[in-house]
Amino acid sequence: MAWRLRLAPEKTNIDFFRLQWITLGFSALLVLGSLLSMATLGFNFGIDFKGGTTIRTESTQAVDVAAYRDALSGLGLGDVTITEVFDPTFRADQHVAQVRIAAQEGQEAVSPETIAVVEEALRAIDPAIAFPSVESVGPKVSGELVRTAFLSILGACLGIGLYIWMRFEWQYSLGTIVALLHDVIVTAGVFSLFQLRFDLTIVAALLTILGYSVNDTVVVFDRLRENLLKYKTMPLRDVMNLSVNETLSRTLVTAGTTLLALIPLLIFGGDVIRGFIFAMTMGVFIGTYSSVYVAKNIVLWIGLPRGDKAKKASANQFADIDA
Amino acid sequence: MILVPLWQRLFVAAATVAAILLALPNLFYSQVEQANDARASIEAGLASDELEAQAAQWPAWLPSGLINLGLDLRGGAHLLAEVQVADVYASRMDSLWPTIRDVLAAERDTVGFVTREEGGDPSELRIRISEPSGAARALEIVRGLAQPVATLAGGAASDIEASAQNDILTVRLSEAERAATDDRTVQQALEIVRRRIDEVGTREPTILRQGADRILVQVPGVGSAQEVKDIIGTTAQLTFQPVVQVTSDAEANPGAGNVLVPSVDEPGVLYVLDRAAVVTGEDLTDAQPTFDQNGRPAVSFRFDAQGARAFGEYTAAHIGEPFAIVLDDQVISAPVIQSAIPGGQGIITGQFTPEESTELAVLLRAGALPAELTFLEERTIGPELGADSIRAGQTAAYAAAVLVVLFMVASYGFFGAIACVALAINIVMILAALSLLGATLTLPGIAGIVLTMGQAVDANVLIYERMREEIRRGASPIRAVEEGFGKAFSAILDANVTTFIIAAIMFFVGTGTVRGFAVTLALGVLTTLVTGVYVSRVLIALWFARTRPKTIVV
Repeated sequence: MAWRLRLAPEKTNIDFFRLQWITLGFSALLVLGSLLSMATLGFNFGIDFKGGTTIRTESTQAVDVAAYRDALSGLGLGDVTITEVFDPTFRADQHVAQVRIAAQEGQEAVSPETIAVVEEALRAIDPAIAFPSVESVGPKVSGELVRTAFLSILGACLGIGLYIWMRFEWQYSLGTIVALLHDVIVTAGVFSLFQLRFDLTIVAALLTILGYSVNDTVVVFDRLRENLLKYKTMPLRDVMNLSVNETLSRTLVTAGTTLLALIPLLIFGGDVIRGFIFAMTMGVFIGTYSSVYVAKNIVLWIGLPRGDKAKKASANQFADIDA
Repeated sequence: MILVPLWQRLFVAAATVAAILLALPNLFYSQVEQANDARASIEAGLASDELEAQAAQWPAWLPSGLINLGLDLRGGAHLLAEVQVADVYASRMDSLWPTIRDVLAAERDTVGFVTREEGGDPSELRIRISEPSGAARALEIVRGLAQPVATLAGGAASDIEASAQNDILTVRLSEAERAATDDRTVQQALEIVRRRIDEVGTREPTILRQGADRILVQVPGVGSAQEVKDIIGTTAQLTFQPVVQVTSDAEANPGAGNVLVPSVDEPGVLYVLDRAAVVTGEDLTDAQPTFDQNGRPAVSFRFDAQGARAFGEYTAAHIGEPFAIVLDDQVISAPVIQSAIPGGQGIITGQFTPEESTELAVLLRAGALPAELTFLEERTIGPELGADSIRAGQTAAYAAAVLVVLFMVASYGFFGAIACVALAINIVMILAALSLLGATLTLPGIAGIVLTMGQAVDANVLIYERMREEIRRGASPIRAVEEGFGKAFSAILDANVTTFIIAAIMFFVGTGTVRGFAVTLALGVLTTLVTGVYVSRVLIALWFARTRPKTIVV
């Protein structure tokens, strides 16, 4: 037998339901905490969702945030935030900062005069400064973007639910949707808790997480469906455990290859897409966890009709768990 | 012997070769780009030795489609403009007023004197009549002016609605007419924006209509969004208006129905003009730089039939009166009408330099915007930032590729290596599809490709894990392979269809960079189905045919 890297032993027999109350409780707690954080702390919305202007500055001189702030505070632009950006991909003499100006009263996109004034003020304290990007979004568009972002995530959940319903049963579909909402809410919750910048690319990342998570869930369900036909009398709970155990190696290998692809992006991909990659990396962990610990638990709760004595079997099943 | 139908083998071979050929030009990006540009110029009739040499840099028989780099990778400007469609309602009302005034004046006995009520909603025309008892008759006359308009639902409606309250008649455009006008206005604005940007000759601009009243403009390679705005020119509107009076008093009250407009060349001089334009830039069919009889730079212009008639009738009736040519709310010149101008041709003279007259002709030719544009979103990305992003994406992609290959070989040995070959073909296919479709690659798009590297091998992983199970069960190598592919297929299909659903949703709701990500993700799903299932299978079948193994280790 040739040597092989194994993320899971050849044959596992883990009872994934043994600690189900702890894992489900943990999930519920995460979801509640995330919702609480979103309700109280809210999000650190980027200009996509809040309107305003971001100007990226780049200079060969070190960034003096205080000096930048002093230079801009006298311009009467309202809320101005300045953050220095660090990244391992920068050259030694590459100093980058992000200047964010809130949406100006009564204006759609920030006027070119405002931007010119800001650039002038910054050039006065650092003649070597350059402005690699200037982005401005009006409040009208940002309001719509918030709505479409929300609708797209909801639409994706429903679209997937519908597909799973078509391919499997409605019970699977419900389990998948709960697991998907779990993943999205927890990931968004982390962005809220740590006040990481939340913009349009993060929504794309959330959607990708949905795709990844459902991918994982479907593989387990596919095996479950097959095993249910094979072991007609085995209790649902045992068939589920068997299915998860059988697909465990695949689940871990795929999570492994995906992470191996994401981690270089996280390190070398540059600061522009770091938030996006970070959300996806987190999603791989949460999505893997939820397909093992959330989706099928929901299905087990609801029960599944099996063959000719469908209803009875699922009713017994329910009693088994409570015992 | 693993049986792979001949068509599958041929399909895999053909798809791989086609993908390599289609992706090839991207390896020589700047060379191919230059050759393509040169070829386009030669086709446009500009042949030169230099262009021929540039075109020869890439053989004509090879595919020459390139992946479009998004603004975040190439640098450039992105603008989202909203067309102020309601502007048109107001100008329609202004032009309707003289007609209504004339028809009502003919019925002075019943309706009395008519005056226009100023102020209020500019998209409504409010008319006061001095005989309230004649309101019903006046309403009848005004409604008689209405023209039929087709509604979206397929029915017919009239273009204007009129109502009366005591001695005030209110006239406005009907819902159906507004919808039709909005659509026309946005189409027209879109066309004008496109012509103006093309006139400047920047490369591959994207100009699209978005939603009901928006225009998306993306111009790669320009230094700032402001430059693009200058080109589009938010207020370049040309009108010909009757002059009521000339004054030097900036505070002068122009009187009802008139506007005060400054002169562009004579400081301090203001013109009081009738607000209703006789002809507008919309009626122009051509404008060329020329010289007047004194040899000074001027611009000649020609109207279409409708404009020529209006212009001819007006000039015939107002000989000896001054007539203002107004551009961007400034009077360029106000010549006195010497004679009727029936042919719809004329020249604009002013204190132009030759450059200015050329510029003005271009501006007039491109046409005036039918309504003002407000900019809702502006983004400028510098080319250096884009280059940095490409570099960062490449580094990450190479690192990810190495890691995934090592991991797959460590996990599945020889079969892992086959998965990696399939993965390489997969990536080439994505690049080929992007080139073929002329799709736009953005930074999140690069991330999408890297993510595909991680996820594409999932199909192989599913198959290999199945093969392992079959081998454990004591199946023969051939049986293990067949079962592995057969049983894993439904999981692979479901997993990829769901990802495809996500990508489709992202594509339809997303904009710009997110769309770029959706495109690569969706293409990745399709190519993964091809490479994960067919390419791997053919590769394994070929290996079996050659070595005929007694046992296999997955």
